[in-house]
Amino acid sequence: MKGGAGGRRLVLAIVLVLTLFVVIAPVSVVLVEGLSRGVGAFFGALGEEDTLAAIRLSIVTALVVVPINTLFGIAAAWSIAKFTFPGRKLLLSVIELPFSVSPIVAGIAYLFVYGGQGLLGPFLEEHDIKIMFALPGIILASTFVTAPFVARELIPLMQLQGNDDEEAAATLGARGFQIFRRVTLPNIRWGLVYGIILCNARVLGEFGAVSIVSGTIRGETNTLPLQIELLYHDYNTAGAFAAASVLTLVALLTLAAKVALEAKVGRGQAGR
Amino acid sequence: MRRLSLLTAAAFVALGLASASAAEPDKILNASYDVSRELFVAVNKAFVEAHQKAGGQAIKIDQSHAGSSKQARAILEGLKADVVTFNQFTDVQTLADKGFVAADWQKKFPNDASPYYSLPVFLVRAGNPKGIKDWNDLVRDDVKIVLPNPKTSGNARYSYLAATAYAKEAFGNDDAKVEAFVKKLLSNVPVFDTGGRAATTTFVEREVGDVLLTFEAETSGIRKEFGADKFDVVVPSVSLLADFPVAVVEKVTEKRGSTKIATDYLNFLYTPEGQTILAENGNRVRDPAVAEKFADKFPKVRLVTVDEVFGGWAAVNKQQFGADGVLDRLLAGS
Repeated sequence: MKGGAGGRRLVLAIVLVLTLFVVIAPVSVVLVEGLSRGVGAFFGALGEEDTLAAIRLSIVTALVVVPINTLFGIAAAWSIAKFTFPGRKLLLSVIELPFSVSPIVAGIAYLFVYGGQGLLGPFLEEHDIKIMFALPGIILASTFVTAPFVARELIPLMQLQGNDDEEAAATLGARGFQIFRRVTLPNIRWGLVYGIILCNARVLGEFGAVSIVSGTIRGETNTLPLQIELLYHDYNTAGAFAAASVLTLVALLTLAAKVALEAKVGRGQAGR
Repeated sequence: MRRLSLLTAAAFVALGLASASAAEPDKILNASYDVSRELFVAVNKAFVEAHQKAGGQAIKIDQSHAGSSKQARAILEGLKADVVTFNQFTDVQTLADKGFVAADWQKKFPNDASPYYSLPVFLVRAGNPKGIKDWNDLVRDDVKIVLPNPKTSGNARYSYLAATAYAKEAFGNDDAKVEAFVKKLLSNVPVFDTGGRAATTTFVEREVGDVLLTFEAETSGIRKEFGADKFDVVVPSVSLLADFPVAVVEKVTEKRGSTKIATDYLNFLYTPEGQTILAENGNRVRDPAVAEKFADKFPKVRLVTVDEVFGGWAAVNKQQFGADGVLDRLLAGS
């Protein structure tokens, strides 16, 4: 790299200042504001029935979505990294689509398919199947938005590792699933954990897509991020910040887990 | 341990969902606008008690809150709301046009199906340092106004129309003078936020501007949260009546068998008890006795309506807010 020590210092300074103003200051404010009216008020705000229900809903959503996307991610990464087949590049792009599509577009797209005026709307209505404005819709939207997280972590890792270990196992007489369980999975486990952590954080934090399909029924279809918005609009600043600090805490835990993972396996393995 | 509690939570919610879907209409959903949560928490509690006292079965009222246009859209897309309590006439009309709400919904409840109302007022800083009394103070060079963008905020549309209505009276319908007045007023707005809540933040927390234009009903929430001693409410000489229309979403209730309970619920808003709760939350009410009781909370003001001044919402939407409408022209020039 060109440029002397002065140039490097300048870049470093810019990065530090940006980090301070863009990341550290807002995050600290959330935690400080959340606790500003005392610990009692903090837990009082969190213990409010609707906020508790929102926390529960977010957890349930994560409990469903994270396993789905973990299985999907492993399967997708396995097929893309270990085999060549026509349309492989296309599949890769499709998997990454949710990264580049705005979540609100995803939400609206689901409405166009499953909403009352949508493609399947009349059929669903006739058979009394509720997808939009209920748990299935929230799960669908969250699944879409977080679909690439696990796959994205695993694909480069699996490609890097190549097929040598698997081929050796096959030579020694191992069969398909056995190879996967005894050879592939141990090789990718830290990348997998890392992907799951990211996926989980994103599910809990998802706002845009869920906001479209949730119907925002308080105590029923409000996820934690939606509840935060609701409290904020209600001039319930203390409640909003208390709820927001729960999400912030999740983010910090995610960060801690990420750092711990990277320390454990070294930068090369835990993904970038 | 963590895992166990997660599973418990999951089971808990699953149970809740199961019991919800199996039940008869022992609960109904009220889809409402975004800042009415606490109001309807109070209303619902009172209704549930009154309903049981009158011999009705146990009932739960669920609440959904978002911008009322978004709510109307969600109902069209399948949100199973039994009743709507909106702050925009046009959003109920949208539902009526699509057959979700009776075509004559305004006739189904008293006062054109609007159990309470409010009006754009001025929220100024404590002691009213700029001496803002009426709409003509808002065009002074030394006054900075905080107002969301009337293009995106229903709240701001009312303020904008109220200012126009004042100017129409002041200048005897001389269109050029009316437009010059409103244009000057808009030019005193340093920045247009997209919604009412963002405008409140600008005024209260960023301390921008001398006056915030918003509904009277909103000012009580703002003063409660940010300090009653920090702001004064100024009610201008004339303002625009803002209805809060309600309707039964018959397409939903007929299927669920909840039409009666939904109707009872909306009628409750007209009872002295319902009206009292509405008034306590900063809304002006129709019941004369209740209105009398809260008279000192709501200064007398002359109100004009969209029908009187602008010939109805359909006309005003086209003339003022449509593409190439008056608002576009005024904003482009300011």
